This record gives sequence, C-alpha cells and structure tokens, in this order.
Amino acid sequence: MIAAIDTGDTAWMLVATALVLMMTPALGLFYAGLVRSKNTLNTFMMCIAAIAVATVTWAAVGYSLAFDGTGDLIGGLNQSFMQGVDFAPRPEGTIPELVFFAFQATFCIITVALISGAVVERMRFGAFLVFAALWSVLVYAVLAHWAFGGGWLFERGTLDFAGGVPVEMASGFSALAAALVVGARKDYGRQALLPHNAVYVLLGAGLLWFGWFGFNGGSGFNTGQNSVLAFTNTLLCPATTLVVWFALDLIRGRKVTAIGAATAIIVGCVLITPAGGFISPGWAMLLGALGAIPSYGIIVWRTRTRVDETLDVLAAHGTAGFFGILFIGFFAQETWNGVADGWLYGNFDQFVDQALAALAAPVYAFVATFVLLKVIGAVMPLRASDREEAMGMDVNQHGEEAYVTGEGAILLLPEDHEKAGVPVADPG
Amino acid sequence: MKLVIGIVRPEQANQVLEALHRAEVRGFSMSRVQGHGGEMDRVETYRGTTVQMGLSEKVRFEVAVSDGFVDKTVAALCEGGRTGEVGDGKIFVVPLDHAVRIRTGDTDEGAVTPVSK
Repeated sequence: MIAAIDTGDTAWMLVATALVLMMTPALGLFYAGLVRSKNTLNTFMMCIAAIAVATVTWAAVGYSLAFDGTGDLIGGLNQSFMQGVDFAPRPEGTIPELVFFAFQATFCIITVALISGAVVERMRFGAFLVFAALWSVLVYAVLAHWAFGGGWLFERGTLDFAGGVPVEMASGFSALAAALVVGARKDYGRQALLPHNAVYVLLGAGLLWFGWFGFNGGSGFNTGQNSVLAFTNTLLCPATTLVVWFALDLIRGRKVTAIGAATAIIVGCVLITPAGGFISPGWAMLLGALGAIPSYGIIVWRTRTRVDETLDVLAAHGTAGFFGILFIGFFAQETWNGVADGWLYGNFDQFVDQALAALAAPVYAFVATFVLLKVIGAVMPLRASDREEAMGMDVNQHGEEAYVTGEGAILLLPEDHEKAGVPVADPG
Repeated sequence: MKLVIGIVRPEQANQVLEALHRAEVRGFSMSRVQGHGGEMDRVETYRGTTVQMGLSEKVRFEVAVSDGFVDKTVAALCEGGRTGEVGDGKIFVVPLDHAVRIRTGDTDEGAVTPVSK
C-alpha cells in the first residue's frame, strides 16, 4: 500500500524546494559583493558550479548514501542513480519521494557552495569542480545520513531540524580546513582586501533570508506545527541577531555597518536552522541575540590571524551552527515541538545528544576536507599562479569580466581566431 | 623639477605603491587608464561572441618631484612595475615649469616637497 500523499504538504514542499534552490545564486551574489571586482564572476560561478556538480553527484550516489537504509555511519547504494525514487512517499512521509529528493538536493548544493567562501580569489576553478564533486559525496552525504537519514545521531535522537550538522557545521569547519590547505591570498595581510559592492552583499543576504523560509519551513516536510514554528522562528531569530549586531558594531566602531548587517542576517538564519521547529518563539529570539556574540567575536579574531578563511564561513556557519545545536539541548520544549525537552525542562540526555553532534560533525568535516584537498592537491594544482591571482580570476579562469566597458574591443570572426594572441606590435 | 609619469599593469600597482613608499616618494596621483602599447591582446568570449580586447587596463602614476628625486622615482616605478613580459608599461619624464601648493601658496620646489603636517 502506498502511504497517503497529502496535497497541501506536497504543494508547500514544491515551493520550498524552489526557495532553497534560489538561495545558492543569492549566496553567489552575497559572496560576489564581498570580493574584489576582478574576482566577481569567478566567485559567483563557484556557487553556480555547485548547482551543476552537486545535483549530478546527488542523483548518482549522494542521495542514496544519505537516505538509503539505517546504517550507523553511511547509507546504502540501493537508491543510487535514483532507483525507486518516484511518486510514492517514503515510509514516514506524506510527499512523493521525488519532491523529497529534490528538496534534499538543494541542501547539498548550497552546502557545497558555502565552502567556496573560504577559497575565493585564488583557487583554480577546475580544482574547485573536482573538490565539489567529491566533497558532496564524501562529506555532505555522510553527515546528512548521520543527522537526517537514520545514522547514529538520528538514532540517538539528536535534534537537528534543518541541517545544523550537515549544512552549517559541515560547511563552516570544512571551510577552515580548505583555507588552511589552499593557503592565504598573496596580498592577504599586506593590503586591505575590501568588498567591492556592499549593495550586492545586502541584496544577497536579503534573498538568502527569503529562501531560508523554505529551507527551515520545509524541513518539517509538511505543513504541520513544527513547520509553522520553524517558519516564524526564521523571522524572529535573525531579527534579534540584527539588533544585537547593530549594538556590537556601535560599541566597537560607533557606526552600524551594512556589511555587518548582511552578515548578521546570515548568522541569525544559521542559528535558527537546527533549532527552528524545536524551540518556542521566545527562546528563538534569545537564541538570535546570544548567538550573535560568538560569531561576531570569531570574525574580529579571525581577521587578525594568518588564516585567510576569506568570507568567514567558519564564523557565520560553523560557529552559529554549533551554537544553535547546543542551544536546543537547553531550550527544546516538548509542549512546542512534540518531540523532546531540553536540559532546562529536565531532560539532560537531550543536551548530551546535542553535544555529541556538536563535537563529531566539526571533527569529521574538518579532517575529511583536509585529507580530501591534500589528495586533490597532489594530483593537480589547487591555486592559480600569483600572476593570475593579481590579474583577477575572472579574466584568467573564465575569459570574461564583470564590468567590461567594451571600449577598444574588436569583434573576432572565426577565421581571425588563429591570429588571436599574437603581439600586434613588436616592441623590439 | 620633473613630472614622472609611469603607466603600469593594474596587478603591479600595489608593488609600485610599496616601492614608492620605500623610496620615500610621498606625493603622487594615480588613475586607471586604458591603453595599448604592443602587448599580447587578450581574447574574451561573451555568449559565443569572441572579442579581442584591444585596449588594456593600466594604472597611471603621476609624480611631481624635485630633480634629486627623479632617479629614485623612476627606479621605484621600474622595480614595482616589472614582470618581464610584454605590457609592463612605460615611464615618461617631462620637465615641469611651475608648481603651486594650493593650501599655502608655496611654489615650485616647496610645493612638490611633502610636508610632514
């Protein structure tokens, strides 16, 4: 017998999937604004590449490894190449598995895209594609299995509503490993490397927040109470993060900054990601306020180090995801979530389950990414040359520029191609 | 008094700035310019349309210096701007008739010598 499909749930999940997919180009816009103008397209393209690569790997084996079977560490291969993924729901679900598959795919995509923030402005595009393909299977699918797909954290009862483990902590700590292996940009620490367009950054953050309503609101896979709670908490929590971030900016620099506000939106959305459907609206607002502080601190501290984790994925995603996962251990409330209480409500075991996730996920993500990049680096160069880096990645990786004027550009006809690249005047 | 004009690659601009700083050349202007001087042409493709970028981006430094500083300035521009490939740019040294510092009305040598305050 096919379990009942709920049309309302299905309708919402179709929309939620599209919302989450939009978050990846939104992230591209956010990241593109944060880099120098000569790297705009390359940075944006890393996010677009994540859609291409991670969708294919997800359909091939990622989905199966994450969601087939209940092995402790990894799923099976019975659903590889989408075998048996059709209109019937999964045993516990009310939506066609095809929708479930697509929704989960968009999570894998954005997580891969997030890591690019650690290596922008210097990593070769080809090497990133290889990394993205392998990482989406070896790290994302494994952690998604642990937290969502019946792995050991899931079986213990660790609460992770929308991906504090496989998305946020995985991307944050992988980003740190990637920054360490790939190394700092050549001008890092010598020259101010400033965001080139704060409007992109704010618009990207705004679109991410919009998409996050699908990300968190869809992670209940229905239109039930947990989903509704997560949806509204996705409004409340980032708002309080913004307020506290304004205050921290004022204390530190006497001015409220736009880049700071955009960062706060991301941090707030990350904080509520694991906790969305499990804590009350009041606690969600407290989470947003308190959670701003460690992320802010890590950003301030990181820029004083030699670690060029360029766009602060560790602070925005790793740290906030870690904080959110632990927060559930204290403040989860069965009267709101219908699943479990936290320590504050007398259930210490829940805190232990959360703490295990907060330890295991960062360690696995960091180590696996570090080894993976070392292996890729042994086969092909990870970085562009210093000269290419100085020219900008747009021209040398893609042969395009974001802000081309077109002045002095000559149209080349096909027969002219063999002439291209020849010096037009011999300097003697 | 000379006006030293150095046209360099944008990617070398930071090295030039550092070299000028080391040479204690403090006052200068820089601007982004487009030009052509015999370098390899860059080819870009936009949605199937291939174009040859005949003009390339350069950074133009203008440094007004007293005679004793001319060689140092030229050396700094060369040191910072050189990669050894075609397209490193040019330096032009032209005589300068007159200079005025607007704030104080100082003229000539006094106007091109940086003040500490």
